[in-house]
Parts: sequence; C-alpha cells; structure tokens
Amino acid sequence: MSESTPGGLTVELAMTRGELAIDVELACRPGITCVMGPSGAGKSSVLAVLAGLAVPERGRIVLGHEVWLDRAKGIDVPVHARRLSYMFQGLALFPHMTALGNVTYGLHDLPRDEREPRARALLERLGVAHLAHRRPRTFSGGEAQRVALARAIARQPKLLLLDEPFSALDRDLRRQLTTLVRELVGELGIPLVHVTHSIAEARQLADQVVRIERGKVVARGAAAEVLADVTSLDE
Amino acid sequence: MSWAPLVLSLEIALLAMLLSLVFGVAIAVLLDWKRLPGRELLYAIACAPLVLPPTVLGYYLLVALGTNSAIGRAWESLTGSTIVFSFTGAVIAAAIGSLPLVVRAARIGIESVDPTLVAAARTLGARPVRVLFTVVLPLATPAIAAGAMLAFARALGDYGATQMVAGQMIDGTETASIYVMNKLWAGHEAASRDMALVTTAVGIAMLYLANRVLKKFSGAHV
Repeated sequence: MSESTPGGLTVELAMTRGELAIDVELACRPGITCVMGPSGAGKSSVLAVLAGLAVPERGRIVLGHEVWLDRAKGIDVPVHARRLSYMFQGLALFPHMTALGNVTYGLHDLPRDEREPRARALLERLGVAHLAHRRPRTFSGGEAQRVALARAIARQPKLLLLDEPFSALDRDLRRQLTTLVRELVGELGIPLVHVTHSIAEARQLADQVVRIERGKVVARGAAAEVLADVTSLDE
Repeated sequence: MSWAPLVLSLEIALLAMLLSLVFGVAIAVLLDWKRLPGRELLYAIACAPLVLPPTVLGYYLLVALGTNSAIGRAWESLTGSTIVFSFTGAVIAAAIGSLPLVVRAARIGIESVDPTLVAAARTLGARPVRVLFTVVLPLATPAIAAGAMLAFARALGDYGATQMVAGQMIDGTETASIYVMNKLWAGHEAASRDMALVTTAVGIAMLYLANRVLKKFSGAHV
C-alpha cells in the first residue's frame, strides 16, 4: 500500500460484521472521497472504524504522520484524541443544547473566550446565526444540516466523515450544502470521506470515488471514470 | 393530630431521596458499562429491597450498621453516636428501601439516550466523563427525576425497616407511618385516620407528579 500524501489518509482494515467480511484499503488525499455502494456493503462500518467507534480485527489507519490505529503494534488512539468530525445520517444534534451550545461543544480545548466568537462566526457564515439560541427541535431540515456542518467544521478537524447527512434533503438544498461542504473542506485542506448513495451527489462533490460491494473495494478513481456506467448502486 | 411526625417523615424522606439519588444514579451508570462483570447480578442486588420483606431488610441493616459491625463502630468512633436507633439510621433504612426505584428509573433513562448522540459527543473530542455529565445524564434527567419522586414517596411511607433500624421514636418523635400504627393501637382513631389521609395525599401527589414528568418527556408511565 502506498504511503499517504501530507495530510492524506491511508486505511487498511479487516473485520466481520454479522455475515459480512469487510476487507478494505483506502488512500485518500486531502479533498473529497465518496465511498459508495449498495446498502449493507460495509460503508458505515468503515466510517465507524475511522472514527474509532469500532475496532477491526486487523487494521492500520494513518493520517498524515499520525498513526491512529495499528492493531499489529497495539496502537488504538481513542476517539476523543482523534481530531476528526463526523456528521451522522440523523445529524445527532444535541437536543438539550442550543445551536450555539452544539457548535461550541467540540471547542473544549480552546480558551473559553474564543469558543463563542468562533461558533457565532461559523453560524453566521452558514446563514443560521438567527438560530444561535434556539434548540434543534425548532430547526427545519436545511437549518439542522447547516448547524451540524458548523459543528463539524468548528473544531478544525484533520479528517471529516459524512455518513449520508444530506439524504433527507430535496435536490436544491442538497446542491447548496454540497457546494458549501466543498468550499469549507477546500479551505481546511483536509480529507473528507463521504458515504453516499447519491450518484448525482458523488459526481458533483467527489475528487475520487471508491465503490464497495460486499465488504470489498471493487473500483476506485475519478468520479467520472468510476461512475461512468453506473445508474444505480442497489443492483 | 400532631404535625411533628409528618415533619420528621418529610425530613427523613427528603434526605433518603437525596442519598438514593446519588447512589442510585451511580449504580445505574455502572450498569450501563457493558464490560462490567456480573452487572445483572448487581442490578438484582440493588433492586432486592423491592421484593424483600421490610423486616428482613431491617434485619440486614441492623447487622450491617449495628454497634457490633465495622461500619457501626467506625461511625461511632467518628461521631460519638450510633447509626441504629437514630435519625441517621432512619434515613439510611428509608434510602435503601427507595434505592431500587431510582436505579430502575435511571437505568431506563440512561439506556434510552440515543447512542448516536453519545458517539457524536465522543467524535467531538469529549472524554467519557464529559459525555456522561453533558449528554447522557442531562438527557436521562426526566426519568431520574421521576425515580427520585417515587423514592421520596416510598421513603415517606417506610415502616418496617425504619422501625427495626431506628426504633419507635427518634428524639422523642415517631415517623408518620409509626404514628398511624401507635395511635390506632392506643385507640386514637381520628389522629390515626388524619395522618393516614395526609400521608396518602402526599404519596399520590408525588406519584402524579412523577407520571406527569415522565409523560411530558417520553410518554411512559411509572
């Protein structure tokens, strides 16, 4: 497996989830990598391992020069120490906190007086500053996505993971948010691993696409190349 | 009717509720730790006061806290007084009786927290203790609050264990439930009835409030 580029991500993992044997290798440069595949192919399990929420039987994860996981050497950096952000499918905004509380939650290691200004600036940039003191149950779908994106970006992660967070949105809103994601990730210069079912979304967003089927990588490369003949992933 | 027994019972119930709240939530948090060996056995032990006869519970407490026990001797050397046949003993007896109600409610509350929220907090850099205090316990609070109200009501009505551990009188005053019994035996039926009605009203009010709290947040009943 090739060494990662500076700030890039290399992943090797093998694990069993129920009857599915997952054996995947990824090399992601800074930029957007869409991981695609039919339901149950093992995409979300790969994200869970990257986040440190699941441990594979065998595996190695290197981000830039940091080794996050090396089962052979007994290295497993705990979740809280991996500087990453994860946008879950259901967004997982804390319902008992305001938008501001949600965004500042990941800024615990910043001096106290810097947390709120940074969170407010991001909410402002994402067009949801008016929600700062409101709780998630009052947000529309698009507003919740923007607050979740602000929360994910605020801590300036070294890796961003997206697990189909835009799947419930209509096409226009999805297009707006994917454009925003591309802009923000470009500024941070980090790898983003995006699990999605949407071929249109992958074509619009991805620098590279990895297709997974039954736990194995079946294709990888530029979106135009990998998705050229694909019309549906659930085949 | 004297109000002193009711005031004494309310004081005991309040302190017992606080005690069972601290230990009950701590036990529920431990039970949520999947790798804890024998956790279902711990749960069964913590809930045992629900099914034990009050006199049996009182017997165990007498053995554990009496002047011949290690705890009893340590307490006596520290404070100069005994745990048994005192206000402290009454509080502990009522707290142990109430503990299962808090443990059960807190466990349900903690288990009902969406695991994705816990995962989200962890990926945002929170260590387990911070996740517990900023996400899990705040979201489990309605269930814990309902459990605490039930614990208060249960402690208010404790009779058997309190009588065995604390005796008939605490500093010259009976608890409300002992007062009802003593007045009845002494032929003061009106005093007994009045105290029974007041205690019943407080108990029903607490149960009503607990159900309102739980229903508001989760639609469940206790």
